[in-house]
Amino acid sequence: MDVPGILTRSVDDAVVILNALAGHDPKDSTTVFEPFKPCALPDVASIKGLKIGIPQEYHAPGLSSDMKDSWQHVADIVENAGATVKRVSLPHTALSIVCYHVLCACEVASNMARYDGLEYGHRAKDESSTESLYAASRHEAFNNVVRGRILAGNYFLLKQNYDRYYVQAQRVRRLISQDFWNTFRSGIDILLTPTVLGDAPSYRWFSKADNRTRTQEQDVFTQPANMAGIPAISLPVALSSNGLPLGLQLLGQPFKEQQLLTAAKAIEQLVNFRALDFDKLLYCD
Amino acid sequence: MVVRLFMRQFQHNLIRQLKRYSKRAALKGERLESQWETVIGLEIHAQISAKSKLFSGSGTTFASPINSMVSFFDASLPGTLPVLNRRCVEAGILTALALQCRLNLVSMFDRKHYFYADLPAGYQITQQRCPLAKDGHVEYLAPDEDHRKLVLKRARLTQLQLEQDSGKSLHDVEMSHSLIDLNRAGIGLMEIITEPEFCSAVEAASFVRELQLILQVIGVCDGKMEEGSLRVDASVSVRRPSEPLGIRSEIKNLNSIRHLMRSIEFETLRQISILESGGQVLNETRAYDVETGETVSMRDKERLHDYRFMAEPNLPPLRLYTNDTVPNGVPSDQIINVDELRAMLPELPNAKRERLKKQYGLSVEHSNVFVNEPTLLECFEKIVANQNLQNVKIASNICINEVLAAVNKKNIAFSASNLSAESVGELVELVQDEVISLLTLRKILEVLLQDSSKLPKQVIEERGWHQVSNETALENICCQVIAANPKVVDDYRDGKTKVFNYLIGEVQKKLSGQSNVKAVVRIMKQKLDT
Repeated sequence: MDVPGILTRSVDDAVVILNALAGHDPKDSTTVFEPFKPCALPDVASIKGLKIGIPQEYHAPGLSSDMKDSWQHVADIVENAGATVKRVSLPHTALSIVCYHVLCACEVASNMARYDGLEYGHRAKDESSTESLYAASRHEAFNNVVRGRILAGNYFLLKQNYDRYYVQAQRVRRLISQDFWNTFRSGIDILLTPTVLGDAPSYRWFSKADNRTRTQEQDVFTQPANMAGIPAISLPVALSSNGLPLGLQLLGQPFKEQQLLTAAKAIEQLVNFRALDFDKLLYCD
Repeated sequence: MVVRLFMRQFQHNLIRQLKRYSKRAALKGERLESQWETVIGLEIHAQISAKSKLFSGSGTTFASPINSMVSFFDASLPGTLPVLNRRCVEAGILTALALQCRLNLVSMFDRKHYFYADLPAGYQITQQRCPLAKDGHVEYLAPDEDHRKLVLKRARLTQLQLEQDSGKSLHDVEMSHSLIDLNRAGIGLMEIITEPEFCSAVEAASFVRELQLILQVIGVCDGKMEEGSLRVDASVSVRRPSEPLGIRSEIKNLNSIRHLMRSIEFETLRQISILESGGQVLNETRAYDVETGETVSMRDKERLHDYRFMAEPNLPPLRLYTNDTVPNGVPSDQIINVDELRAMLPELPNAKRERLKKQYGLSVEHSNVFVNEPTLLECFEKIVANQNLQNVKIASNICINEVLAAVNKKNIAFSASNLSAESVGELVELVQDEVISLLTLRKILEVLLQDSSKLPKQVIEERGWHQVSNETALENICCQVIAANPKVVDDYRDGKTKVFNYLIGEVQKKLSGQSNVKAVVRIMKQKLDT
């Protein structure tokens, strides 16, 4: 799950970066061998004829009314532009975040084991033994969120817990994957969902609960794509009543980035999202 | 030869130790050895001979400058990823085939987590869930119970897996420093695990010697234990016959066959003495202390590790193909075909022994020596090819009992001795034709080992070392000896036949060892019996 993410200001720019990154990398054993055909988007993208799915389980708890409205609004827009919009079901959606938390923590615990301060990075002063040097370096340089994930991950990977947590999470992961496969096989091309619960939360609000709770609330929409290994893109579609952007997510089929990004560009052109007025926002609460 | 080598090396210590413990047992009026069974299992780590490491492009040359063969991946820099080394996989497959294992056509890689300064990533990439190969067996020669003959035994294997080697650490206790060299970190290893079926240190050592030979013959590992290319961990437990397995301890990182034998012997006796005095053997890791010849507990590793095994997410499953299953459309450098590799296997040591026995009528011991000495075998086969098969026995006796013995005494390998097949062949011819005696042969060998430019016949000419076979001359000498030793002759005629050899010896002395012994014996007997 440790993969690069692309952040750009337009779908076209995202295509430029994707074309530069994609393809077989001889130093990355998880990349496929098939030659990558670079994406080429038309100047005016069309959504006509595409079948868009709206997963009912993505009406998650805490979804802001602004977001609900935008979601509906864009669904209507694309229907008017010639796409077919259909309600679909991804039954295991609610399990996805829990599955993700287990697997992510395991990966973090494992991938972070290399940070011992010996070859690189922060090295503590306590050199009374190798063990105390490691413990001090890692304690000082990892914050409590990372430490929490490492501890959780190590717990899940213990021999007595491995089957109940790690393997079970992998089994659930397969179910989540299958939800998407089944949906795509039934004729749906792209899925349209919110990206997060609403607009960007304030730091004050966010800090009222711990990191794990907040990520559990907010990540529900985006990490199923990680679980299933399918391409996804988020783009701004409207402003909330606070004047902050609202984003929607499009999920596509494996190796069909061309189709996904064409749809994204079409929506980008249809909603015609304006750039933000920062001066106005800076004095917002 | 091999038997004597083993026995000489460790019997001395064994007897001393057994005497110590046997004394105690003797007080109870019982024999120690018959009361206890030893159960030994081995884990062998063999470094794969390859130009680069298992998952990175760093070099693997032994004794390179400290930390000079360390890529970013080996140093665990964030963002680096493993890429599997094809040669290492092929080496693993060749080994699995040579050891009669069942290959898993799909195998997986896992992470084994623990913190140690010589493990930069905090985990080792290994194959725990689904290794490259399972089962398998090795046939090897070991001394039988009386330590007189070599018998064929079979050891079963549990599995073979690919994994990374760790770096090296040196602990300077005084300065409270640990010095880490990562040159070795990431080198490809084959871990070969045996079933716990060895009953003695000699058996375990014989097996390791055979495995070493097999690995060298197929070219996957140079087997140099002293360089760390082959390391052995031995699990040892004892039990009374027909009782369930006792608690075992593990002796780690044995890097010579001698250490392997001595540590197992010591550990067996240590455990027996604990159990006999009513104690319990601890399930622990131990190291072999070369200075004291004893195993010591490795206290740091006493705590049970939970290695938190996890599938390696950066490596896809390793897929192997056969001639029937090679897929179309995949580039050939991505395909590993097991059948192609099988066809590349050379003749394995045990097959070679059988062939030599059949082809030349050699004994088990002699065929075993030749398998262990490839250049000597080459020489032998050349000689036999040039001359007729009558000479086989003489040729093999001379090659092994004389030539090999001579170079061993000088502590050099036969291949380094510069003795040619032509030279040795000539020696065989000379002995067969009774032109020289064995004593003379040995003298000639001495000369040849110092100056290999000469041939035996040359040396004989130059030094006048012809064997005296002239009947009249021999008769005269025999008469002289008989006349000079009347008492001995009387003893012989009284029935003390052993003194005959003394008389022969006297003849040899008079002829500076250059007499045809067979003829002398015949003539002397004739004269004495008349």
